[in-house]
Amino acid sequence: MKILSCVQVSVKYESALALNDCSFELDAGNFLGVFGENGSGKSTLLKSIAGLVKPNSGSIEFHDIKKNDIGYMAQQTGIQKDFPASVYEVVLSGTLCRHSKFYFYGKNDKKQADKNLELLGIEQLKRRSFQELSGGQRQRVLLARMLCAEAKLLLLDEPMTGLDATSSKQMCHILKDINSKGTTIIMVSHDIEGTSGFCDRVLHLGGKEC
Amino acid sequence: MLELLEDLFSYSFVVRAIVVGICVSLCASFLGLPLVLRRYSMIGDGLSHVGFGTLAIAVPLGLSPLKVSIPLVMLAAFLLLRIRESSKMQGDAAIAIISCSSLAIGVIIISLTVGMNTDVCNYMFGSILAIKQGEVYLCVVISVVILFLFVFFYNKIFSVIFDENYAKASGTNIEFYNMLLALLTAVIIVIGMRIMGAMLISSLIIFPALTSMRLLKTFKSVVVCSAFLSVVCFFMGVVISFAYNVPTGASIVAVNLISFLVFCLISFFKRKKELI
Repeated sequence: MKILSCVQVSVKYESALALNDCSFELDAGNFLGVFGENGSGKSTLLKSIAGLVKPNSGSIEFHDIKKNDIGYMAQQTGIQKDFPASVYEVVLSGTLCRHSKFYFYGKNDKKQADKNLELLGIEQLKRRSFQELSGGQRQRVLLARMLCAEAKLLLLDEPMTGLDATSSKQMCHILKDINSKGTTIIMVSHDIEGTSGFCDRVLHLGGKEC
Repeated sequence: MLELLEDLFSYSFVVRAIVVGICVSLCASFLGLPLVLRRYSMIGDGLSHVGFGTLAIAVPLGLSPLKVSIPLVMLAAFLLLRIRESSKMQGDAAIAIISCSSLAIGVIIISLTVGMNTDVCNYMFGSILAIKQGEVYLCVVISVVILFLFVFFYNKIFSVIFDENYAKASGTNIEFYNMLLALLTAVIIVIGMRIMGAMLISSLIIFPALTSMRLLKTFKSVVVCSAFLSVVCFFMGVVISFAYNVPTGASIVAVNLISFLVFCLISFFKRKKELI
């Protein structure tokens, strides 16, 4: 079943072309790896799918996917280093986009947060502060948040950045696991050798054309 | 000490100022945390200068300062955020321009009309006498509304300021929450300005949050601690100002500064201990 179609998407920042004429389709349950050189527009593609950047031309259409089915994970720089938040608070906040009107957490939300913490093997970090965690632990926390949001489409921008070989392998296995339960994943990475084995589809973005 | 407090509460204007001040400091501490975390601390400062400018317009016209300032400062907050989003101009540059200009316009208007008198000095540096009987109710009602909004949107505000891109990608209306924060900040600044003064009101917003963040590492604990600190520092500031006859706003800021330094020290020693 088709859930996403991008047709000739191009994005310009100021006058520089960041993404040129990108077209592809995605079925539910796919694990798409997006690879390419620096500056080939990998992150830009992901941002435009997430709705953070408006494409200058082309169209991005979702089928059977609502806005709150999307989970986006930026490269690590997005979240502030000194932000006071416990792991539990972060994970629990994922359930929010399932609420339409009522803005408080219920019993079910808390249960779900606990379940996902356990699923990703970080339940012992629950009371810890997010800012004290290592890179790999943070990624897992953010992933747990997306699972709480019951996202159907995960957009991951370089989720292995800053992870050592072992933890990035682990991360890949976790993602594969989530994917096998039916979640569609688009992952941007520059590490083809390490990660392409986990993807069932691959998109190569070419270098900049001048 | 007890005598001093008894003395303090025997004046009805002090009681009024304390009631309004406690409301304002509670609201300010709640709004301050999101502002500090989003690197919007300077918005408070900019808006307070705009508030001064609007007061300068209201006073010679004989209008109620609150009723003129609140809508105008809210408008300024709205514009500031819009400029930030359009990103043609740096956000901090925009704040600097707006705050300096409105301060200058305010000073010019005042010197042309009523002249630089004690009233003006009170607006700049605050006065405990400034709160009139009729304004107390308005201030309390507005504060209660702000508190209610904050509690209601607490979780949403957390998710928006923690990770704006994620929230936006999953369909949260970021602009709404940004605007809500800016508008509420505008209101609380105008109210608090009467006691704290235009020059010092932004400290009420940023100090409690920054102080609590020295020691506490979860969002909820920081919110609770900064609310508590804010009210305690306000009260101590008023007492000190009364006992030593110094301006209220300045002594509140001084107490806040001391609490900030104490928290810094504790966190320093805590970290040192952890290393050993």
